[in-house]
Amino acid sequence: MSESMVEVRNVTKVYERGTQRVEVLHGLNLDIPKSDFVALMGPSGSGKTTLLNLIGGLDQPTSGEVRVGGSRIDQLGRGELARWRAHNIGFVFQFYNLMPVLSAEANVELPLLLTKLGAAQRRKNVAVALEIVGLADRAKHKPRELSGGQEQRVAIARALVSDPQLLVCDEPTGDLDRKTAEEILGLLQVLNREHGKTIIMVTHDPKAAEFARRILHLEKGQLLEQAA
Amino acid sequence: MTKAGFVVANLFRKRTRTILTLLSVVMAFLLFGLLQSVNSIFSSGANFVGATRLFVQARVSFTQALPISMLPKLEAIPGVAAVAHEMWFGGVWQENTPLIMLSLDPRTYHEVYPEWVMPDAQWQAFIQTRTGMIAGKLLADQYGWKIGQKIPISSNIWPQKNGSKAWIFDLVGIFDGKDEDWKRRANIAFIQQDYFDESNQFGIKGRVNFYILKLSDSSKAEGVSKSVDAMFENSPDETKTQTEKDFNMSFVKQIGDIGLIVRWILFAVFFTLLLVVSNTMAQSVRERVPELAVLKTLGFTDRSVLGFVLAEAFALVLFGGLLGLLLASIAGAMVERGTGGQFQLRLDGGVWLLGVVAIVLMSLAVGLLPALRARRLKIVDALAGR
Amino acid sequence: MFGQALAITALSIRSIPERWAPSLVIVVGLTGVVAVFTALLAMATGFESTLKATGRSDTAMILRGGSDAELNSAFDRDSTDLIKQEPGIALGADGKPLASAELMVIAELVRKDDVKNGANITLRGIEPAGFELRPGLKIVAGRKFTPGLRELIVGRGVARQFQGAQIGDALRMRGSEWRVVGTFESGDAHDSEMWTDINVARSTFGRIGSSSVLAALDGADGLARLKSAVAAEPRLSLDVLREQDYFSGQTRQFRRTIGFLAGVVTVIMALGAVFAALNSMYAAVAARGKEIATLRAIGFGGAPVVVSVMIEALLLALVGAVLGALIAYLLFNNLSVSTLGQSFTQVVFNFKVTPQLVARGLVIAVVIGMLGGLLPALRAARLPVTTMLREQ
Repeated sequence: MSESMVEVRNVTKVYERGTQRVEVLHGLNLDIPKSDFVALMGPSGSGKTTLLNLIGGLDQPTSGEVRVGGSRIDQLGRGELARWRAHNIGFVFQFYNLMPVLSAEANVELPLLLTKLGAAQRRKNVAVALEIVGLADRAKHKPRELSGGQEQRVAIARALVSDPQLLVCDEPTGDLDRKTAEEILGLLQVLNREHGKTIIMVTHDPKAAEFARRILHLEKGQLLEQAA
Repeated sequence: MTKAGFVVANLFRKRTRTILTLLSVVMAFLLFGLLQSVNSIFSSGANFVGATRLFVQARVSFTQALPISMLPKLEAIPGVAAVAHEMWFGGVWQENTPLIMLSLDPRTYHEVYPEWVMPDAQWQAFIQTRTGMIAGKLLADQYGWKIGQKIPISSNIWPQKNGSKAWIFDLVGIFDGKDEDWKRRANIAFIQQDYFDESNQFGIKGRVNFYILKLSDSSKAEGVSKSVDAMFENSPDETKTQTEKDFNMSFVKQIGDIGLIVRWILFAVFFTLLLVVSNTMAQSVRERVPELAVLKTLGFTDRSVLGFVLAEAFALVLFGGLLGLLLASIAGAMVERGTGGQFQLRLDGGVWLLGVVAIVLMSLAVGLLPALRARRLKIVDALAGR
Repeated sequence: MFGQALAITALSIRSIPERWAPSLVIVVGLTGVVAVFTALLAMATGFESTLKATGRSDTAMILRGGSDAELNSAFDRDSTDLIKQEPGIALGADGKPLASAELMVIAELVRKDDVKNGANITLRGIEPAGFELRPGLKIVAGRKFTPGLRELIVGRGVARQFQGAQIGDALRMRGSEWRVVGTFESGDAHDSEMWTDINVARSTFGRIGSSSVLAALDGADGLARLKSAVAAEPRLSLDVLREQDYFSGQTRQFRRTIGFLAGVVTVIMALGAVFAALNSMYAAVAARGKEIATLRAIGFGGAPVVVSVMIEALLLALVGAVLGALIAYLLFNNLSVSTLGQSFTQVVFNFKVTPQLVARGLVIAVVIGMLGGLLPALRAARLPVTTMLREQ
């Protein structure tokens, strides 16, 4: 395999909710090489979303190191982290992905507003992204005019449009029916195999996990790899 | 799409709500524009600075007349370059339209008021025609008067010797103001004092409501005022002398504190508007928390999210405010045209400027708190629904 | 139906505290509209009633023909004497016609809160009969002026608002000194005047005749008789009116202006309030969507829902209106101000917040409340139950 995309070293995350102190991750270690496709599974409250947030730069660990694409993101300030996310990560969530007031192509264009690209170039990139996910013909539709599966495709297109190396997906098929879920997962596989994207996917569905190359189980803050 | 496009798209998230809020803003600024114009009509009368002229009136009231015999004494005062005089004629056009009409000596008046512009031939005609009358352009245009016409005017106060209240004058000239300010005041008419003196029933001669002094050195205004009043103190014709500007100001003050009334009304209006729009903005941000979180995940900084919300508030208030001011402008212009320039209600630059300042301040007031909230929100908490 | 509507209304009202922000918008909006409306019209009402109260119906005001105000009216001594002899005028206790020749002159005083800008006050010279003709007028401090001397009595309003009008003060007019010897109160426009002996006024101000003659009318037909006698007499070109009618006529301009201003401001504010109310009620209906849907699913009809929404809007509007009227009353009732009257002299009057005014404000609130509640109410009634249940 190739070099590391994600290196997590001895990471602990503690939440303070009022007077309570909850330690969700204790001294976790993880390595994800480039072009890997990892499914992260675990019971509710096991901390898988927390781990995903740390890797995606949405949150900071209480202690430990998180290295993504060679950068120590646990040392970045909020503003720097935002800029880093814009260039390096694409997110796909279970809900709330798209802005309801924008069309599909405008949604995909959003991340590009953070770049210095001109309008024409942006439109080209958007078209390419929509083409990859197979939704070129729905570009002008608003989210409420799209099915659940189509919305997720648009979300994926948006995640791709600035060409990040790492895709972070939190239960991307959690809200979809079986058939549509399989289409989305198939798309993720294509992105991984043909476009070389590294993908980390949190899921509670074992069938969905099978689309990945590796399955990791997170239990009580510890990671265990499942036999393939 | 652009960042601006994104802001506007978000504004119309809930179309009905945005439109209703917008309309409230429009109404508030419509009222603002109209009331501020009314206010500035009253205060502009006071702020209007003509050349420094002094107005001399009977101390008690300008409705009390001064005798013409004062004229040579006033001319002799050092610092006085020329003296004109006016008497209120109080004419009525047709049935019941009161006019601002003054009887005077054309020669001296022309010298003291160079701001009235009229061809020399017409000034000469006025000087030489006993029954002559000159009218301001606004007045002539409104009533369709043309030079050479005989204009019948009735007077409430002064009947002619034959008992009739109808006077006939020959319109020999139409004058205009030298600039915008003076043009707006060209809604008056002048007749000859001599003609009036010979023809009025009461045999009143040489009554003067105002002497107007043109100064050779305007910095000496205060000194000359004092000299005039000192000269006539303890006589039956005690005078009060003040600059033209002070006279206008005192007149306006007599009407009352219009500014105060306007300020109170606008306070009530904008306070309510603040509540309405704040409510809308707060609701709008509250229901978008997950979307704002997603924006942050995409890489938009906390500050840029604050910017989006502020921009949204600004767009809302700006659009509504400008529309409201525009409507006020149109309404004001209609009133102005309808009253033939009597009520100069059209919005001037000052009111627009004030309006824009109000727009900016209101945008900040309604947008700041929701914007700060948007800036503060933590991605992780927002996405988890906390 | 009524019972259902009441039940739903009770439910919705109880949930108002959760929706306090949009509800507050309606209340505050209406407070503003009603307060401004009430204050402006209280000003108009006060001015109008001060002037309306002036003048009796059994007294005639005689002016020079064609002059529409006392200030413009002037007639000579002969006419003054002649008019008093005409039929229609009642006789006084001394067997002579009860009439007072009066001279109106302008004086200048400085407002109490001002420094140099003077304001014009009416100085009225009267004959002794002038007091008899105005029985409502009482001397409340000091004494009457002595005929023949430069003495003044000032109306309550003048003493209150202007400097130099207290008893013992001396005023300079036309090169001579006048002493204030008393204050009077008449509850009408005369409270804005200063009075003195007409002959002293004539000699000081160089006038010979009078501005007007006030005369008591003899019987119900006195006015008619006087009018026809005057018309028939070629030497007299005079106008005869009921004193009361004269003063009511004087308010025309102010009434029109203030009425217009109040109307425009109120309409615009009311429109704004309607938009704000619509906004809030749509939000209220949306917030209660699930609750309404559940009620409808249970079996409550659409009409009770409409009624309950309207009642909620009305209630909030009325609360705002009452607050607004209260604020106007507390801040403005009996506030004394003065402004330029018909003759370029000051008229002192008080703001008057009357029950009728408050009632009109409440009517406005009801209208706004209904307009603000109707469309949202209809939407609440018509939206498919399933949509509303799903939307939450």
